[in-house]
Amino acid sequence: MTTAARFVGQSVRRKEDPRLLAGQGRYADDVSLPGMLHVAFLRSHVAAGTIRSIDTSAAAALPGVRAVYTAADMNDVSGPIHASAGGAPPFGPPLLLLAADDVRFVGDPIAMVVATSRYIAEDACDLIDVDIEPTDAVATVEAALADGAPLVHPELGTNALAQLAMPDPELQEILDNAAHVVTRTFAMARTTNVPMEGRGIVATYDEYGGELRVWPSTQSPGELKAFASRVTGVGEHQVRIEFGDVGGGFGQKMYPTREEAGVVLAAKLLRAPVKWIEDRRENLIAANQARHDVATLTMAVDAEGHFQALVFDLIEGVGSYPPGGGTAAGGMLVMLMMTGPYRIAKTGFSCTTVFTNTCGKAPFRGPWAIETIAREQMVDEVAREIGMDPIELRRRNVIHQSDLPYAMTSGMLYDIVTPEETLEQAVEILDRDAFRAEQATARADGRLLGVGVSGSIEPSAVGMGPYATEQAIVRIDVSGKVEVLMGTGSHGHSLETTIPQVVAEHLGCDIDDVVLRQGGDAPYGPGTGGSRSAVIAGGAAQTAATTLREKIVSVAAHLLEAAPEDLEVADSRVSVRGTPSRALTFAELAGTAYLNAAMMPPGLEAGLEASSRFSPPSPFTWSNATHVCTCEVDPETGVVTLLRYIVSEDCGVMINPMVVEGQIAGGVAQGIGGALYEEMAYDDDGNPLATTFLDYLIPTASEVPVLEYGHVETPSNSLGGYKGMGEGGAIVSPAAVANAVNDALALVGAHVAQFPITPTRVLDAIEVAASRT
Amino acid sequence: MPDRLIELRVNGESHRVRVEDRTTLADALRDECHLTGTHLACEHGVCGACTVIVDGDAVRSCLMFAVQAVGSEVTTIEGITPGDGSLSPVQEAFREAHGLQCGFCTPGFVVSLTAYLDEHPDPTDDDLRDALSGNLCRCTGYQGIVKAARLAVDAMKVDAMNAGAA
Repeated sequence: MTTAARFVGQSVRRKEDPRLLAGQGRYADDVSLPGMLHVAFLRSHVAAGTIRSIDTSAAAALPGVRAVYTAADMNDVSGPIHASAGGAPPFGPPLLLLAADDVRFVGDPIAMVVATSRYIAEDACDLIDVDIEPTDAVATVEAALADGAPLVHPELGTNALAQLAMPDPELQEILDNAAHVVTRTFAMARTTNVPMEGRGIVATYDEYGGELRVWPSTQSPGELKAFASRVTGVGEHQVRIEFGDVGGGFGQKMYPTREEAGVVLAAKLLRAPVKWIEDRRENLIAANQARHDVATLTMAVDAEGHFQALVFDLIEGVGSYPPGGGTAAGGMLVMLMMTGPYRIAKTGFSCTTVFTNTCGKAPFRGPWAIETIAREQMVDEVAREIGMDPIELRRRNVIHQSDLPYAMTSGMLYDIVTPEETLEQAVEILDRDAFRAEQATARADGRLLGVGVSGSIEPSAVGMGPYATEQAIVRIDVSGKVEVLMGTGSHGHSLETTIPQVVAEHLGCDIDDVVLRQGGDAPYGPGTGGSRSAVIAGGAAQTAATTLREKIVSVAAHLLEAAPEDLEVADSRVSVRGTPSRALTFAELAGTAYLNAAMMPPGLEAGLEASSRFSPPSPFTWSNATHVCTCEVDPETGVVTLLRYIVSEDCGVMINPMVVEGQIAGGVAQGIGGALYEEMAYDDDGNPLATTFLDYLIPTASEVPVLEYGHVETPSNSLGGYKGMGEGGAIVSPAAVANAVNDALALVGAHVAQFPITPTRVLDAIEVAASRT
Repeated sequence: MPDRLIELRVNGESHRVRVEDRTTLADALRDECHLTGTHLACEHGVCGACTVIVDGDAVRSCLMFAVQAVGSEVTTIEGITPGDGSLSPVQEAFREAHGLQCGFCTPGFVVSLTAYLDEHPDPTDDDLRDALSGNLCRCTGYQGIVKAARLAVDAMKVDAMNAGAA
């Protein structure tokens, strides 16, 4: 019984593409229901203040307005807003659907208008008379940590939640005696996810059927189902998530938010279909934001350049209401991952989580990315300090195969990783010597070229807690076609192609005969995020498909009067090896299994369906990558132009190399944006300064160079050998770019340590360096 | 706000729709003509997701009122799509080169590039990057999109040569 490897490993063209290319995708805003009403939110225009009064009478009287809700109408009904996975937040004030007595950031929703059109709903927002008495706000972590600073959440009595590591005398001894001790501070700007489709949702409630139907824009239909049930009181079994196309998320749509709670509740209260589509200003100021870290690193290095100790002191700005109530999962993972691809025997860590009167911090493609962003810049700083090439310094410290399994100081164990191999592959693609020669020639002409390296190990596919499992139900229909039901929430990840690749491979059918269905009748799953789908969803699909193949082989063996081991499955046919004419198609087998069950083998249940809830064998399935970037810095304008961008990645067995490279490229572009262009800036009073795409600059086709890829394919220990890799591109790239820029700037003695590296910051650094000489 | 009945010519068909003066062309296309392939991602004219062709020019339908399109010929992504299940050369190239992931920005890219190649059949790679830089994509890092644009140019040249030879 064998199947040929036909689909896994192939760059199969995507099944979802034709409808998306034709404009026939179905995103939340494309849903239109009879009698549908539209929502607009009135949001706070001040960062902190007391709500003295709200008068909604003029808004309510506007023709076309069906309801104007304030905190008094909604908050007690919905209860506090939080995700279902993981339960209520452990600390921080409860998040209310609408701001009740005070507002805590610009964009805080105060009132919700429901009207016959979005135009009228926005008109009505303008008619709401709200009196807010502004109070002092803190917009930066520095201001929030200052003595006597106004409190973002007075209930907490502090703006800072500290998680401090224990004092460690051994660590101190290493720092006291090391040949070199270097301390530097790196700041990652606040950025934001910017999916091209903002948040959006349509909901309708059938009073008599008791069913709440939701058309979402979410990464996790299962999470939203549980959330909508809790908010509305409709039983979870009566909530149906009509999952369609989702226009990106990158972490922002992992957890349902206050506005989505308002819509599902309004649909129930009004017994009418209700739609809310976020506009870009709302998305920039009130959907969750990301990064915003200040990391101070101290590294002890011996005389030969071996890393002896790393101390990582993190200040994490989380805005006003981060989902989960406290750290946005960044701090803990930074502590676990801070040593990255290197052997570092001793570490220290502290994290201070700081609330500010700004939009809350949420996951964004590698929420812990600061560990790589800071550490990889630190390696270059140390290299400059001790006079060693940064690539050579990495070679001296990178984990070799002979070091495996390698236990980090956090206790986490690397089992299957290849950081040395990706480093060497990326450096080989670069041709370092040729670049250094080119750099010297350019320097003679007054031009500044630089090269930067960055490496990381990605903790993909969390195998613990609420994110540990995913289920696949694989079903052969009466006609012999295959449906796969999963709790994933593909939103650009190509799961409609890659999951059918896995199923077709292991079931033995054509990929055109397989369809993936998400939401609706699919079983609960935590959704698509955390680089988990290939490993956990792929593992579930593979297990269910393999189980189902065993069943069809049993049925075929019975009907063909052959031994199961003499049968082979391919092209939706089970045939006797060597006698291809003795065969049954999936359709014929389904005919028996569903319509003529008396012919089934004794003891085998009728029907052709298998289910698997899969959990990976390890707490994390590690993937790893090394990025190399070269750039030119114009000393006259401060403009950085990227010249080459190389990625060497090991994500194990690639289900679809085209999709893998697409994921890398998207992450790299987001990292380039974070390094050079993107900043969700606020003024000192907490007013957001980037409220359009003219202020919040994401890279265009003109800024992202051609990517060059290298692949090291080391199978993981999880089923299929897959490793997750969705976040690495965004995690590794900011430091590669920064290191390239600083390599170029070092030629004139200058250095930039603040993201984004704008032309102004580059020119300032050059000026500072010039004034020193 | 008062509304009025107007006639829009979209993809060769006439649509009589009721709009307010302030109704954008994008909203009229989506809500009144039920052509939802035109997407709105910024509504301030930067991202290009809502690009449609008006009398041969690529325009941002979020920056134009529906009433301004009266008397013009509007082409949307639905008008560019052959409609028989096949794809246009530009669409086919996007699929081949993995020029889309979530697909939300994609119709805008396809419409923009289609309009551009109509007037510039022989662009350089730099020309193509410039032409594409008016549209934002957050998923692909533009790798597949730039590749798709080159593929489309080459395919259309071959088509033109074949047509000339025939």
